[in-house]
Amino acid sequence: MINKSLKDLSQALAARQISSVELSALFLDRIERLNPEINAFVTVDREKTLAMARAADARIAAGTAGPLTGIPVAQKDIFCAEGWTTTCGSKMLANFVSPYDATVIRKMHAEAGLVSLGKTNMDEFAMGSSNETSYFGPVKNPWDRSRVPGGSSGGSAAAVAARLAPAATGTDTGGSIRQPAALCNLTGLKPTYGVVSRYGMIAFASSLDQGGPMAASAEDCALLLNTMAGFDERDSTSLERPTEDYARDLDKPLNGLRIGLPREFFGEGCDAAVMAAVQAAIKEYEKLGATCVEVSLPNSHLSVPAYYVIAPAEASSNLSRFDGVRYGYRAPEYGSLDDMYMKTRAQGFGAEVKRRILIGAYVLSHGYYDAYYLQAQRIRRLIANDFVEAFKSCDVIMGPTSPSIAFKLGEKAADPVQMYLSDIYTIAVNLAGLPGMSIPCGLAEELPVGLQLIGNYFDEARLLNVAHRFQQATDWHTRRPAAIA
Amino acid sequence: MNQWEVVIGIETHAQLATVSKIFSGASTAFGAEPNTQACAVDLALPGVLPVLNRKAVECAIRFGLAIGAHVAPRSVFARKNYFYPDLPKGYQISQFELPVVQGGAITVQVGSGDKAYEKTITLTRAHLEEDAGKSLHEDFHGKSGIDLNRAGTPLLEIVTEPDMRSSDEAVAYARALHGLVRWIGICDGNMQEGSFRCDANVSVRRPGAPFGTRREIKNLNSFRFLKEAIDFEVQWQINEIEEGRAIQQATVLFDPDTGETRTMRTKEDAHDYRYFPDPDLLPLVISADWMERVRGELPELPGQKRERFMRDLGLSTYDAGTLTASQEIAAYFEATVAVAGQANAKPCANWVMVDLAARLNKEGKEIVESPVSAVQLGGLIQRIADNTISNNIAKKVFEALWNGEGATADEVIDKQGLKQITDTGAIEKLVDEVLAANAANVAEYKAGKEKAFNALVGQVMKAAKGKANPQQVNELLKAKLAG
Amino acid sequence: MSLTLEQVKRIAHLARIEVSDDEALTTQGHLNGIFQLIEQMQAVDTAGVEPMAHAQDLSQRLRDDAVTEADRRAAFQAVAPETEAGLYLVPKVIE
Repeated sequence: MINKSLKDLSQALAARQISSVELSALFLDRIERLNPEINAFVTVDREKTLAMARAADARIAAGTAGPLTGIPVAQKDIFCAEGWTTTCGSKMLANFVSPYDATVIRKMHAEAGLVSLGKTNMDEFAMGSSNETSYFGPVKNPWDRSRVPGGSSGGSAAAVAARLAPAATGTDTGGSIRQPAALCNLTGLKPTYGVVSRYGMIAFASSLDQGGPMAASAEDCALLLNTMAGFDERDSTSLERPTEDYARDLDKPLNGLRIGLPREFFGEGCDAAVMAAVQAAIKEYEKLGATCVEVSLPNSHLSVPAYYVIAPAEASSNLSRFDGVRYGYRAPEYGSLDDMYMKTRAQGFGAEVKRRILIGAYVLSHGYYDAYYLQAQRIRRLIANDFVEAFKSCDVIMGPTSPSIAFKLGEKAADPVQMYLSDIYTIAVNLAGLPGMSIPCGLAEELPVGLQLIGNYFDEARLLNVAHRFQQATDWHTRRPAAIA
Repeated sequence: MNQWEVVIGIETHAQLATVSKIFSGASTAFGAEPNTQACAVDLALPGVLPVLNRKAVECAIRFGLAIGAHVAPRSVFARKNYFYPDLPKGYQISQFELPVVQGGAITVQVGSGDKAYEKTITLTRAHLEEDAGKSLHEDFHGKSGIDLNRAGTPLLEIVTEPDMRSSDEAVAYARALHGLVRWIGICDGNMQEGSFRCDANVSVRRPGAPFGTRREIKNLNSFRFLKEAIDFEVQWQINEIEEGRAIQQATVLFDPDTGETRTMRTKEDAHDYRYFPDPDLLPLVISADWMERVRGELPELPGQKRERFMRDLGLSTYDAGTLTASQEIAAYFEATVAVAGQANAKPCANWVMVDLAARLNKEGKEIVESPVSAVQLGGLIQRIADNTISNNIAKKVFEALWNGEGATADEVIDKQGLKQITDTGAIEKLVDEVLAANAANVAEYKAGKEKAFNALVGQVMKAAKGKANPQQVNELLKAKLAG
Repeated sequence: MSLTLEQVKRIAHLARIEVSDDEALTTQGHLNGIFQLIEQMQAVDTAGVEPMAHAQDLSQRLRDDAVTEADRRAAFQAVAPETEAGLYLVPKVIE
């Protein structure tokens, strides 16, 4: 059961081979047994979960179930869920029990009838690529517990990789779904900006954040995305588009598919073993009837610099609400109002979050705005335009998701810049607002390697189709970490 | 004081007449229990997002069109970042580089009577923004209490050029703006509830010299305070300079009790607001169609009405200005003319501006509360015009109507028998009696004492209980005395 | 360019984050490392390029003016550090 796809679980539930309560208990037991070593979950509430499962079983019995009703999933702790502690990986919110549901949570619970197993660990406020900035301690990579799972959705990635959950939600601001998916041998999708509502998803960088599914296969991601996506009147940046079935094109043949290979993704800066796995995957695609064309993203080398101006600028403002007045942490001892602010924020935020708040405050401050913030926004436009050009000659862009396999815990923690560079291939996609995926494409030193697929705006269904056909022809996505029984 | 020139610019925060907040569905009703009208968005709970209220935008368009400004087809919301407990997000959503209303002007009437003059105040901009909450300073064991009901209330911040040269001009502008926003229905203008608040930027200079350093007086919520605060501030600045001290740019507060201004914040500790476009809100686009629709829904504006009163009713600039000071006065006046007839527009104007105004003033009533309706007053003016009653009798009738002694002027005239006597025979009889009874006056008159004539007129009128037509009385007396 | 210790302390105050002198020093080192990375942008000529503030080129959607939110003060204040009489309490605000 624990290795079944969402489709199989759905059938098993429909056929009454297992109830949602039994299925949920099965995963809750695994969490209880394995989470202490992996630290993928920060909050588990057996009672809440089983109550949802009972409600789901009732819907199944009543014949009012949707395709995924009764299936348990893990929720990244960035999504507010009413009655659940919602921490965003921070001491600042360690005691915050959300009084409301994020739109994604409401859709998954109330509409789709999914069951939440708990809230997963993450880099504090999603700022990190290794899950080491979490106030609740680092997450261990199930493939090698001395290594990081990637971040910021590292808890969700580790949870699914260790089969503590069949699938999970994640969010991606600069690669936070794709990079951990790559490092934990998962399939992860960051949709086009605006496809998944941001309401109730605690903001890091508002113009870049986007929620998406993390699962064992493209098919599972498609089914999960169907429950997450859709227009939301509470989010001004949510796109008013007809609802679509993201699984509709999964089986389409790939004959004639034009794969764009950006010169800039195949040069320096990527581990040879990773590159070899990526090249092999591309060969596989050619066997499936696709043809490759070289494209260029001439400004992609500027994506990291531009990102580390835009994201911190937005974050510095987004995180100003954490002031110890209405909710969350307040310093135990303080004098004046300002002293309360300064101590609360100094104690409530971790080092990386403070660093980014300071960068953001600086690039927006008087006299520096034009040179940094505006320049970064202009470069963002150049980067987006590069993709428009590239997609004139191809249907999908491919390359590595991460320049390296999972690195050792603590290896990059001391050097922010080194850490930031682990997102060189993923960040440009967020700046442009395009959909991107990572799928397993091989192993290097027995550790997973991810292939990144980048689609044109609203091409989620095609990306999932391209990923699915590859997974029909290969078995990389079925590999599980040896240590996980 | 004459060797100093005062320079004033005004920023006004007008609360827009919406039922819900500018970025959330919480109520804007005044006076609710603390924090019962602060929803998740207003409280800035983690993860919440703003969505813009269409009505608030429409109010801004109405205002822009009413002052002949450029209504921007594309404007942008920005975040103004600073920490304050009544500002839940740690930033205020406002407009910075691209405001929705750009330019425009308002012509105001300064002073009254023959000292009155017109002045046109140029507006810099008007932009949409959200209000903050309230800090309550009464003691909670040495702490302040925060009520966020007002947080997120839609405001239009209206900014003028430094065009005003006296506190009178500043007050005239503030009154005209107050009248206009109520006239076009975008703000209830309730100053006690803070729906209309002014900040005054004040500086002084030698005529012709460059602008002096300005100090901003915050949150003036009555026209009287506006005047008092500016007058005090001007005198203070002049004294400072004349005693050799330079003015520091600062934000100051006015204390109505002491009538003084006091420094709140100087330039040194001014904020660095780190404005940047709000990533949660897309650019506000206003289509030409929308603008035209709003233009079509606008009422006749004060300026237009003023012109029409002068053109069609032959009123003076001053009268037309006074009668368009508020929509209520204008409406009352037009209803009066509708009954009395255009030919009597001038007497209608006088009655509304003088007799009615004085009576209302005496009772501290607003024109909408007037016991004498426009229709009643119009009927009364008709009777003066057709000589049924004299002006003096008319004042009696007006008083009677005010006291509810009759439904119409005619009814009062009837009941109290106030109809003017115009029957020559009847008047002649009275004149003869008076001449016979007052030989002394007659003699004095014949001896060339003009005063004696008036005495005789008075006698006749007395005999007629004031109802005789004065003109006829004069003519008959003259004739008889001459004969 | 590189930030002075004074600048680090100034922006820390702007952001209302207390920093000790030691923290300011390490932060200064980190920030300058990051700004070296960011400085690459300065070499690029972006004259005439329209700044991109949003991932999509759309305009703001508008809400009808209707009251849709009920009073949930009790639920909201249940997670507040300090309240009294329905108010959020903070150290005295001096104006």
